[in-house]
Amino acid sequence: MAIFLTADSKVIVQGMTGSEGIKHTQRMLRSGTDVVGGVNPRKAGTTVEFEGGTTVPVFGSVAEAMAATGADVSVIFVPAAFTKAAALEAVDAGIPLAVVITEGVAVKDTAELYNYAKDKGTTRIIGPNCPGLISPGAANAGIIPADISGPGRIGLVSKSGTLTYQMMYELRDFGFSTGVGIGGDPIIGTTHIDCLEAFQNDPDTDAIVMIGEIGGDAEERAAAYIKDHVTKPVVGYVAGFTAPEGKTMGHAGAIVSGSSGTAQAKKDALEAAGVKVGKTPSEAAQLMREIMQSLQA
Amino acid sequence: MDLFEYQARDVFEKHGVPVLAGAVATTPEQARAAAEEIGAKSGGVTVVKAQVKTGGRGKAGGVKVAKSAEEAEQLAAQILGMDIKGHTVKTVMIAQGARIAEEYYFSILLDRANRTYLAMCSKEGGMDIEQLAVERPDALARVAVDPNVGIDDAKAREIVEQAGFDAKTAAKIEPVLKTLWAVYRDEDATLVEVNPLVRTEDGDIVALDGKVSLDANAFFRHPEHEALEDKAETDPLEAAAKEKDLNYVKLDGSVGIIGNGAGLVMSTLDVVAYAGEEFGGQKPANFLDIGGGASAQVMADGLHIILSDPQVKSVFVNVFGGITACDAVANGIVGALDALGDEEDRPLVVRLDGNNVEEGRRILAERNHPRVIIEATMDGAARRAAELASQA
Repeated sequence: MAIFLTADSKVIVQGMTGSEGIKHTQRMLRSGTDVVGGVNPRKAGTTVEFEGGTTVPVFGSVAEAMAATGADVSVIFVPAAFTKAAALEAVDAGIPLAVVITEGVAVKDTAELYNYAKDKGTTRIIGPNCPGLISPGAANAGIIPADISGPGRIGLVSKSGTLTYQMMYELRDFGFSTGVGIGGDPIIGTTHIDCLEAFQNDPDTDAIVMIGEIGGDAEERAAAYIKDHVTKPVVGYVAGFTAPEGKTMGHAGAIVSGSSGTAQAKKDALEAAGVKVGKTPSEAAQLMREIMQSLQA
Repeated sequence: MDLFEYQARDVFEKHGVPVLAGAVATTPEQARAAAEEIGAKSGGVTVVKAQVKTGGRGKAGGVKVAKSAEEAEQLAAQILGMDIKGHTVKTVMIAQGARIAEEYYFSILLDRANRTYLAMCSKEGGMDIEQLAVERPDALARVAVDPNVGIDDAKAREIVEQAGFDAKTAAKIEPVLKTLWAVYRDEDATLVEVNPLVRTEDGDIVALDGKVSLDANAFFRHPEHEALEDKAETDPLEAAAKEKDLNYVKLDGSVGIIGNGAGLVMSTLDVVAYAGEEFGGQKPANFLDIGGGASAQVMADGLHIILSDPQVKSVFVNVFGGITACDAVANGIVGALDALGDEEDRPLVVRLDGNNVEEGRRILAERNHPRVIIEATMDGAARRAAELASQA
């Protein structure tokens, strides 16, 4: 098993016929993901040939794609100005998981989308501005390179894409149940806490790596959650100790405002909850290595 | 993007929020002319307000009442050029004077934790609201706002009731809250704050000061927002980077940083700062994210920006190729260094991993550039870059 995404997941891609969509659909297929369709109203009824001899049909809507294929995951590569409409369509069709890769989505669009989906109660949204998620060896929904690490028993949740890759690379000898990139925007569909809860309940995850960064208080809230609900070992890493106050560091949500949102406050909160926090990604990886070795002993 | 008070005032006016007359001036003479015109509406009294994007202007002496146009001119001469918390005052707003009976507080902002918006309101405005929230939390109403519903009649009532306004004042404030919600929604704001929102002696509700932050990701819906940007305040290197679509933040250290992905770059800054402690406190000179799938050209553009910063003594290129191909990064480095020629003598420490790493390392090894140093790990490379910066 894994969380949110398994070998049984059937994936459709909204925006599959665009250049990013084509490229990443190819990569998802190559890593063994069951990509069953694309969605583009202007190209409905056509098919797209991928390397390796897979032919993927294009549907006019998410609802049609779901009816025809039984898809239960949509990966969204639609440009930022149209992302909300595309994701709303997926929510209205009742797809269980919508993974929004697109970066630069207006926060109002995400806020409206998230609350709409929450009220409807049938779709989990991951992202936006995220690399998606991968359950190595089972399925890959997004842009996380599948060749960094194979399957294993570590769960990973991260605000950052490249730090996800870095951490998977450092811990590739152990492998991962699922790695989830939740995205660095101020409002996101799936939080650290959602992933911690799922990993805690996943019988195939033994330990959890949690990567955070400056801005907001998601890490502090995750720390409180860990203290009360997570019994599996958790290793943390927080980026942005040297970030100046008031400057957005690449991710729209990564900003220290006054004295809130600092990396130090997040690290302190995690440590107070019993999480081992690495000073650098390598140190965090080493802490996890020790935990995995002791669990295997 | 944060707006100046005068810009917020204009945006408020556009959406029907009650504001007082105001005009900007960048010289004392302009201030006098503005005060003559605006003061005519308020018995000659105006307020000269420093336009800086920071709090505590009043305490710093950046807000003064003028009883005549001459006094406004004198006060503007004092305030223009003043330094307020590191911000130089380049513009003042001449605002109409008001007879204030009471000062209130109102704001709408993102609630990241609940993934909704949050309206905050208090009968005790004018002071530092963070202080009020800590010292007297009961005096600050906090009401969740559903992004798909907004502040309608019912929500406006809920806010003023929780803030404890009497019925008469509440009835006057409610419609103003709805206009402020229109600003928040229609302008794609991430913050709308009015402090103080005042009741005048005549019983009118007026937004006397405003703070508005706009979402840069929503500029596609608001082409006019681009013009509100304060280009003069932007660091020249940050401006040059922006033109190349690069995500760059100038810092004050000596180790230039280039990486891919915001998280990895933030992490790189930290690792360099830690390593730098051993070498006389070397620190990162900048944040620069070349993004996912960067081409050789993007890498070369990034390197040019970093090397045009004279404070940079060494450069650390830290790339984990997920989508980005390490061979493209290597080609970008080689191309940029060849273009710069022998005049560029600062060392470049490179750590590559991930997608096409062997090819990337091969390209760098083959070019065998005298100033390029390849390191195998992020920590090792950070150490080396800090050490080299300390020796320069």
